[in-house]
Amino acid sequence: MSPRARFILRRLLLAIPVIVAMSIFVFLMIHLVPGDPVQTMLGFRATPQNVATVREQLGLDRPLLAQYLTWAGGLLHGNFGQDFISHTPVATLLRQRLPVTIELTLLSMTLAVLVGVPFGVRAAARPGAVRHLSEGWVVGGIAIADFWLGIMLVLLFAGIWQLLPPSGYVPFLKDPVQNLRYLTLPVLALAFGESAYILRTTRGAMDEVLGTQYILFLRAKGIAERRIVYRHALRNAAAPIVTVVGIQFGVLLGGAIVIETLFALPGVGRLIVTSIQQRNYVVVQGGVLVVAVLFILVTLLTDVIVGWLDPRIEEGAAA
Amino acid sequence: MSLAVASAAPARRSLWRRGILSSRKGRVGFAILVGLVAVAVFAPLIAPHDPNAIDASRILAPPDLAHPFGSDALGRDVLSRVIYAYRVSLGVAVGSTLLAFLVGVPLGLYAGYHGGWVDTVIMRPIDMVLALPAMLLAVALIAIIGPGTNISAIAIAVIYMPILARVVRSSTLVVASQTYIEAARARGTVNRKIIARHVFPNAVGPAIVQATVLMGFALQIEAALSFLGLGAQPPTPSLGSMLADGRDVLTQAPWVEIFPGLAIAITVLAFNFFGDGLRTRLDPKGVAR
Amino acid sequence: MTGTVLQLEHVEVGFATADGTVSAVSDVSLAVAEGEIFGLVGESGCGKTTLAMATMGLLPASATVRGAVRFEGNDLVGLEPEELRRLRGDRISMVFQDPMTSLDPAFPIGDQVAETITAHRDVDTKTARARALALLAEVGIPEPERRYGDAPHRLSGGMRQRVVIATALANEPALLLADEPTTALDVTIQAQVLDLLRGLRRRLRTTIVLITHDLGVIAQICDRVGVMYAGQLVEVAAVAEIFRAPRHPYTQALLAALPDQQQEPGSLRVIPGRVPNLVTPPPGCRFATRCPSVMDRCTVVPPLAHETPEHLIACWLSEATKRAADPAGAAAAGGAA
Repeated sequence: MSPRARFILRRLLLAIPVIVAMSIFVFLMIHLVPGDPVQTMLGFRATPQNVATVREQLGLDRPLLAQYLTWAGGLLHGNFGQDFISHTPVATLLRQRLPVTIELTLLSMTLAVLVGVPFGVRAAARPGAVRHLSEGWVVGGIAIADFWLGIMLVLLFAGIWQLLPPSGYVPFLKDPVQNLRYLTLPVLALAFGESAYILRTTRGAMDEVLGTQYILFLRAKGIAERRIVYRHALRNAAAPIVTVVGIQFGVLLGGAIVIETLFALPGVGRLIVTSIQQRNYVVVQGGVLVVAVLFILVTLLTDVIVGWLDPRIEEGAAA
Repeated sequence: MSLAVASAAPARRSLWRRGILSSRKGRVGFAILVGLVAVAVFAPLIAPHDPNAIDASRILAPPDLAHPFGSDALGRDVLSRVIYAYRVSLGVAVGSTLLAFLVGVPLGLYAGYHGGWVDTVIMRPIDMVLALPAMLLAVALIAIIGPGTNISAIAIAVIYMPILARVVRSSTLVVASQTYIEAARARGTVNRKIIARHVFPNAVGPAIVQATVLMGFALQIEAALSFLGLGAQPPTPSLGSMLADGRDVLTQAPWVEIFPGLAIAITVLAFNFFGDGLRTRLDPKGVAR
Repeated sequence: MTGTVLQLEHVEVGFATADGTVSAVSDVSLAVAEGEIFGLVGESGCGKTTLAMATMGLLPASATVRGAVRFEGNDLVGLEPEELRRLRGDRISMVFQDPMTSLDPAFPIGDQVAETITAHRDVDTKTARARALALLAEVGIPEPERRYGDAPHRLSGGMRQRVVIATALANEPALLLADEPTTALDVTIQAQVLDLLRGLRRRLRTTIVLITHDLGVIAQICDRVGVMYAGQLVEVAAVAEIFRAPRHPYTQALLAALPDQQQEPGSLRVIPGRVPNLVTPPPGCRFATRCPSVMDRCTVVPPLAHETPEHLIACWLSEATKRAADPAGAAAAGGAA
């Protein structure tokens, strides 16, 4: 098996205990609720009969380990339980909502990278106005809360200029143009903050790489500056940049929870929030689990990409 | 200039410059923070009006001299409301980070110093926590326990503790491998004393820088949680809930929405700048991010 | 010996720093002839690397260069950046001290050699690759075909330095500046690399300026050597002459400091004192503060003068220098190179 395949396999295997541990935590969520979770869930509908029925439905009377195994087994078959209010299978809810969240986060991250990386490269290669502008961008992007920015954007684009809708959603397959119109402000709100982190990392990594001896040697070889910056420097700076993108994806998923709520986007984040308010624990569990697994997979993917970028990592790990 | 005079010159540079806040950025951040903390601590004295005083004649009134931040949908003075809400939010931000620091730093120290299975036993669960997006974890914890100011502080502490533990562990690994630690051990000094007297003072620097920066972000997270209704519950004021309420009157009275958000942004900025200022002295190798 | 390949005329290099301007190179003039291996020796910080970097135009923006650096007659100092870039790697090449960090870790070594070729010659990738393979073989990389695609970390230090030399020589430059090319390598590899350089000079008539602090390396392969101290050029002579009859007090002290068999254990001969602060250097000869023969006159910079046609020295102890400074005798003495 090649070192690369071995490396990927190792990372995959390492991800499994993390997913299992996380599933245990999510599983325990309903059991950690102070008081009787079923009573809290049912609220005013908590008659003794209802409570007993739901308890049995959720299997809460059985021993913990048995419960977990049944639940985990169900997950692997795509059974995430049932929303006790609407009686829709949670899996269905998730399947409807996940694409929205994924579209939101993917578009945001793409925009953030498309802005942050070139900006960071140019800010590093030469000091001056560009660098000062980048400092301002970084400070602004980090300090301004994404949801506040979202509201400000709504004020401008929906309130004052009336160019874009303040909330709502249309699926991409139904109407791509409208879909993008509804997503413009949420994506901008998220991408600005993200681009700041990516810009900072890119600039920092490029600064470091451009100060190395091998870049100096490339100049001594008379290689064109453009080639040095893009073919050599950026290539070497890519590893930390990709790593940050992976980490920031987690932040993005977290931010999506708030942004979806703000813009009334029917994504998993908003589902989680409304379900918490409804004490709909089963749905919360499903939502949290899905988002967490998504993030773990993204982390895995970034690890693999970083390993590919820097062969020393792959060889070190497989050795 | 003779050699003697040349070598005496550096000592004359003021303590302020040579000290922890060696950069202009750090000093600016420090100054702003002092101001912000003063506002939070002396809120009752600083707020010009009663934050809950309803005034029907001033509904959605724009900013003027008496009410620099304008008035909200119930005619309440936004500036006073922001000040009181800030007190709560900043309290959560600082408190949660301090809690994370108090728990995370000793864990990281122990893991980094002893290494081996101690390291694994401590860091594995911590790394698991890091595998989750922060907001998601906070939201999940609140889902279990229920919303509230204290729980949001604890949730943030839970998110930050692994970060600080990791930072301390990294710097402990470096410090613990130094020869002077070996020398202390050779003298027969007990581990606990070594850690307290030699390792901790040298390894804690980056963690302090990290904690400073995290405090600013904690304010953002607290605001996000309150915005979702998962943080401070009414009647406790919070910047997040102000932001949520402000949306209703966004086009008519944007100032209700603008100023709480600005308060958050300035705080994050100040903590970031201050942290950067501390970096030169406490974290020259840039372990903290 | 035909023409002069490299001619430095009153070169000065200063760096702008927070504490003031550092005078790293002060009024250095020398000439290197075609096909010669010229050694530039001096302790760390004496300005030899700075001089080489100034020649290549690779100094940072904080540096100011005055004087003339003539390569094949043309002054490099005022050259447009693009013209300078075209010369680098083509007509003038430089090799740096640490081979471990000179190669791009993410690029196959063969491609790094080929890249130098395609940057300066209008050839296709196949031809460049073929030439790169030939170069790798020439510098002694075993099985070049197999190793062409290797990343640098798979090669040892000695191998990497050979690759670096291959890149530097890819376009058969007229001048090679080698900055401490063997310092980071162990002794056996050192000998091999020096052999390599000697062979290349023989075959291609490449002029080499070898920068080092190691007198042993100088003795092994250089034809002539220039001694620098604190940014000033103090003595230039043929290698044998320098070792046999050093005239400048610094050179004498340097050679005296070399440990030898007859010495008593525990009695290293050191040069007392410290290198002067280059932000506020002493006026005149910068070795004055540590010189056993210091005189009042040493507060004025001694000009470099021909003690013999082949031996230059900048010291008031030398008759040639005194004559060079003396207006009445200037015409007869002939002045600095």
